[in-house]
Amino acid sequence: MALEVTQILLNAQSIDAATRNHAEESLKQIQEQNLSAFLLSLSAELANNNKPIESRKLAGLILKNALDAKELHRKNDLAQRWLSLDLATKTQIKTSLLQTFSSPVSDARSTAAQVIAKVAGIELPHNQWPELIGSLLSNIHQVETHVKQATLETLGYVCEEVDPQVVDQEQVNRILTAVVQGMNATETSSDVRLAATRALYNALGFAQANFTNDMERDYIMRVVCEATQSSDVKIRQAAFECLVAISSTYYEKLAPYMQDIFNITSKAVREDEEPVALQAIEFWSSICDEEIDILDDYRSEYTGDSDVPCFYFIKQALPALVPMLLETLLKQEEDQDQDEGAWNIAMAGGTCLGLVARTVGDEIVPLVMPFIEENISKPDWRGREAATYAFGSILDGPSPGKLAPIVNVALNFMLAALSRDPNNHVKDTTAWTLGRIFEFLHGAAVETSVITQENCQQILTVLLQSMKDVPNVAEKACGALYFLAQGYEDEGSVSPLTPFFQDIFQMLLFVTHREDATESNLRTSAYEALNEVVRCSNDETAPIVMQLIPVIMLELHQTVEAQKLTSDERDKQNDLQGLLCGCLQVIIQKMGSIEGSKYAFMQYADQIMDLLLKVFASRNATVHEEAMLAIGALAYTAGPNFAKYMPQFYQYLEMGLQNFEEYQICAITVGVVGDLCRALEDKILPYCDGIMTQLLKNLSSNQLHRSVKPPIFSCFGDIALAIGENFEKYLVYAMPMLQSAAELSAHAVSQDDEMLEYTNQLRNGILEAYSGILQGFKSSPKTQALVPYAAHVLQFIDTMYGGREMDDAVMKSALGVLGDLADTLGSHVGPLISQSSSSKDLIEECMVYDDPLIRESAEWAKLAINRAVSG
Amino acid sequence: MAPPPDRRRPIKRAAISDQQRRREVALRLQADRRSDAQNRARQLASSVLSLGPEPATEPEVEPEQEMSEASGQLAGRSDLDPVRAARLRGPEVRKWFARQLMLPEWMVDVPPSLDRDWYVFTRPSGKRCFVVSSNGTTISRLRNGSILHRFPSNLPNGARTKDVSGPASSYSILDCIFHEPDETYYVIDMVCWRGYSLYDCTAEFRFFWLNSKLSETGASDSPSQYHRYRFNVVQIYECNLAGLQASYSGQVPYVKDGLLFFNKHAHYQAGNTPLALVWKDNVCSQYVLDTDSKGQIPPQQQVVLELQNDGNLTTSDDPPVALGSLSRDLIAQSGLRVGNLVRVAIKDERMRLVDGKLDLGELQLVGKANHSRAFADTYSKVLFQHAARHAPLRIEDLVASIQSNSSMDNSQALDVEMEG
Repeated sequence: MALEVTQILLNAQSIDAATRNHAEESLKQIQEQNLSAFLLSLSAELANNNKPIESRKLAGLILKNALDAKELHRKNDLAQRWLSLDLATKTQIKTSLLQTFSSPVSDARSTAAQVIAKVAGIELPHNQWPELIGSLLSNIHQVETHVKQATLETLGYVCEEVDPQVVDQEQVNRILTAVVQGMNATETSSDVRLAATRALYNALGFAQANFTNDMERDYIMRVVCEATQSSDVKIRQAAFECLVAISSTYYEKLAPYMQDIFNITSKAVREDEEPVALQAIEFWSSICDEEIDILDDYRSEYTGDSDVPCFYFIKQALPALVPMLLETLLKQEEDQDQDEGAWNIAMAGGTCLGLVARTVGDEIVPLVMPFIEENISKPDWRGREAATYAFGSILDGPSPGKLAPIVNVALNFMLAALSRDPNNHVKDTTAWTLGRIFEFLHGAAVETSVITQENCQQILTVLLQSMKDVPNVAEKACGALYFLAQGYEDEGSVSPLTPFFQDIFQMLLFVTHREDATESNLRTSAYEALNEVVRCSNDETAPIVMQLIPVIMLELHQTVEAQKLTSDERDKQNDLQGLLCGCLQVIIQKMGSIEGSKYAFMQYADQIMDLLLKVFASRNATVHEEAMLAIGALAYTAGPNFAKYMPQFYQYLEMGLQNFEEYQICAITVGVVGDLCRALEDKILPYCDGIMTQLLKNLSSNQLHRSVKPPIFSCFGDIALAIGENFEKYLVYAMPMLQSAAELSAHAVSQDDEMLEYTNQLRNGILEAYSGILQGFKSSPKTQALVPYAAHVLQFIDTMYGGREMDDAVMKSALGVLGDLADTLGSHVGPLISQSSSSKDLIEECMVYDDPLIRESAEWAKLAINRAVSG
Repeated sequence: MAPPPDRRRPIKRAAISDQQRRREVALRLQADRRSDAQNRARQLASSVLSLGPEPATEPEVEPEQEMSEASGQLAGRSDLDPVRAARLRGPEVRKWFARQLMLPEWMVDVPPSLDRDWYVFTRPSGKRCFVVSSNGTTISRLRNGSILHRFPSNLPNGARTKDVSGPASSYSILDCIFHEPDETYYVIDMVCWRGYSLYDCTAEFRFFWLNSKLSETGASDSPSQYHRYRFNVVQIYECNLAGLQASYSGQVPYVKDGLLFFNKHAHYQAGNTPLALVWKDNVCSQYVLDTDSKGQIPPQQQVVLELQNDGNLTTSDDPPVALGSLSRDLIAQSGLRVGNLVRVAIKDERMRLVDGKLDLGELQLVGKANHSRAFADTYSKVLFQHAARHAPLRIEDLVASIQSNSSMDNSQALDVEMEG
């Protein structure tokens, strides 16, 4: 019962909007009326060689979108929908898809390959379509190269979609055999060889067992290395991509191949076309990533070792690797600094050099210094830029002790270059390098800062002057100022920046008003630098920051008033509003934290609040988020006085809590509810019904991003602590939610680190909720209402303790809850706690813990429990 | 030019945006403040639990070095964790206790609306202390943390007698002055009553509660077997002319030591606060001018300051105010260490006020301060002592201030006395 959809599909791509809309509407209707028929028609369209390629491609695309979506909940819905279709329909569709492989039209084959992978992604985990891989592999021996190519492509996509665990080893072996054979130099069709190489990239994750087998691994590695020498540039690129993937997945298996790989990559870096050379550099960057991680593990105080040993590949390759990377630095492109998205050999080489520096530390310095000395004064700008770039790249990694003497010599040279070099690239990189110097060799954490009271003034003069330079140079100068200021954040009253605050603010505001401020991210950088300078203000400079408030407010006011903007202007307006709200947030936080300036600051509170409320009229997510954060800061600073803004603000708070789509806003808003609770305390009571209703709704929704749920639980605690026994009426709703979430999270089996981290965040949120509620009810006649829940709370902690996967934060919160239970419920729970042996064990264990905060929490819990038991 | 691969950040591009940083800072602050709020809630209980009936270690004299370390550590933390307080010993206990008491500043000028927003009462001469009753015992601790008395009392749960009004573990905390001549605790503030915290209540409410609750317990009864010391309230007046007059020259059953002024709207705030003020002159106090370590009034004003590692000498204010410094040579010669409290003399003619800030001029080292001192002088005390020697704030000035207020506002309510 296939429908005739060709014309509709063609119309849906018409240049005429009316025709297009009509066709899209029809497609939607057909889909809603009869999904099976719709999907069947699409698959038939895709398989039919007599149809135009445009309609076939769109049919495939719609089919694909009917099977998969980005958002997790929608993805799950679509998978369920597919699984519930009747068997005959599904079989028919799958047959059509497989038939498409024999089509002479490569786009149709390629589209079918992707759709098959989506179906496989849904069905294989449910043990359906077990014959798929077999039937694909039987195609491999077909003579027609285009069928072979489509089959390999499909195998690659299937590997990308499906979890390695759902394919058994025997099938994995057969897939890998087919793929590696396709890659072999004996394969005459380069289409087949390319498809096989790309397929291997996706199949590498399935090859765990094969990589532990020396013979099989040798074979795979040989084929990959041979493919890097293909005459087809695409195959060479794909083969290097495989090497990059292998370097991170099978780092510990690489030792026997490193000499060959070094030869291959260095030849490619020096001679091959850019896309290939970039992948060859990426191989070394990826090895650096691995070794940095491993060495970090070695240094970490907890384990002191790593699952994977470090083979020190970078250290061994260093004498040859560094010269190779330095050569790339001289291959800059004209105008690369004006293009924000640019990526070329020189940039990749410098990035890799930076990673090498982080991997080996001091050892890189003597290898790079001759290159710098040789090139830093060359007449050709490329030499000067490359030398500066090399210097800037190695500033993170080597010890400050090693770098400081060099930087002390270089600093004046850099400042002169930034003011006087005739080339913009050189100035750009010089300003960036200065920023790196400030970032890594200056500040409270660095023992001997290279910045002194004396040279600070000179540096500032040059940086401020450079802010009038072309946008990309000015942007880097702002970035350098950011790090210069950051180094003084903890300095207090003796900051050498103090005398220059006025000049700095003036210049930065000037920059934000430059006509070309939207180029090269300049305006954003200027505001970020402004924020950082505000962050390091002190008693003395607070009055100057205070003068900034009316200026920023005026700017924000203008953006709010602006009307009838084009969409391009609207975008710029949104960016600007976001920046201004961010700036206000930083000012509010800072002025609120300086005792002497708080009062003067509060004079502006009404006006600021008024403006921020107007900003919510914007429909832009970033702007909302920034405004919300600013309001959170204001609430904290204003304390109970914030209550007067609540009637107007509440609607936006509710709107934020309801924003599932832009879940960042929802998360930020939940945090702001916490700020409000601490600021308003019981004055938040009138708004709690609304807030609690929304939070409970959010928790029960499967559409809200899961990362928002732990903070919502913590927020329950904040509310309860603020309103005390008034929380009683929410207990009947909140407690069951907490209990079922506790149940789930206590028994959660965490497959990976990410899941484990989430589980612990959830547990921590739940425990913080319990603590807040218990503390809120303390000394209230209504504490009795909590007694029935005590057993469950204890059981939750018991189960987690038994599971042994609590992180430190959870442990600390759990101890807090034990103490709070005893403290609030006293003799009502004393016996219950004494019976819980794991509570006792947990506390005893934590009494001798390294982390003093955990020890203190344990002692608090013990004290409170002793008292509950004896009282 | 192709863009870089997703996972690779070009080295010249910033690692995180300032926006991301703002977001992270906001989240971190929220988490910190949540844990602060929870710790505060736990603080009260914990401080009482840990310093309750089990024998606490008496403050002991410890080697100087440890002392300076301890005070250095503590100076860095304005809000001491109560759980940590349980483990404190010796000098640390003193510091901790002093942080629990509300310490009035010295009145160096008259606050506006004295008559409308303030109470006044006559301060009994004696030892300031915290009295905690819980689990059948009453313990009083001096400002330096040492135990003054451990005794039974009629305060709630203050003795091992049957008390039907609440659980034995609920505690009460009173801020008192122990007056030696009649062995009476004069209660000047109520911090906690039967487990109910009054920290966050206004002075107005605390005094009301103090007056109505204390009498219910029989704590003001004459001493008996289960009630070793008497607890009396002091007469608290609205700070109008009549109230000021009564507290300044009225009859009280105890030796006077100046006047205390409490702002009605202020919460009980641990540490130095300008919302409670002390004022003295020779009529209402025997101790206007500070004495030296021998109990004599020295010819030149002496102050006790804390030695910092940069050689500066600072007050005990938060943040500390540097009033002068010692040279490295002198520090080395006299064997002083960072954190030591030193007594210095001011050469009067050199001391002046510049733009309201105190300039002590040259300081003369007198020696280390008495070991029982836990704290340096506050800035306001130094100022008050200076004024007392040169141009004291007189009772007439206080009266004039009230008169000028009431002339501006004739609708000022009639004198209302707190019912004691």
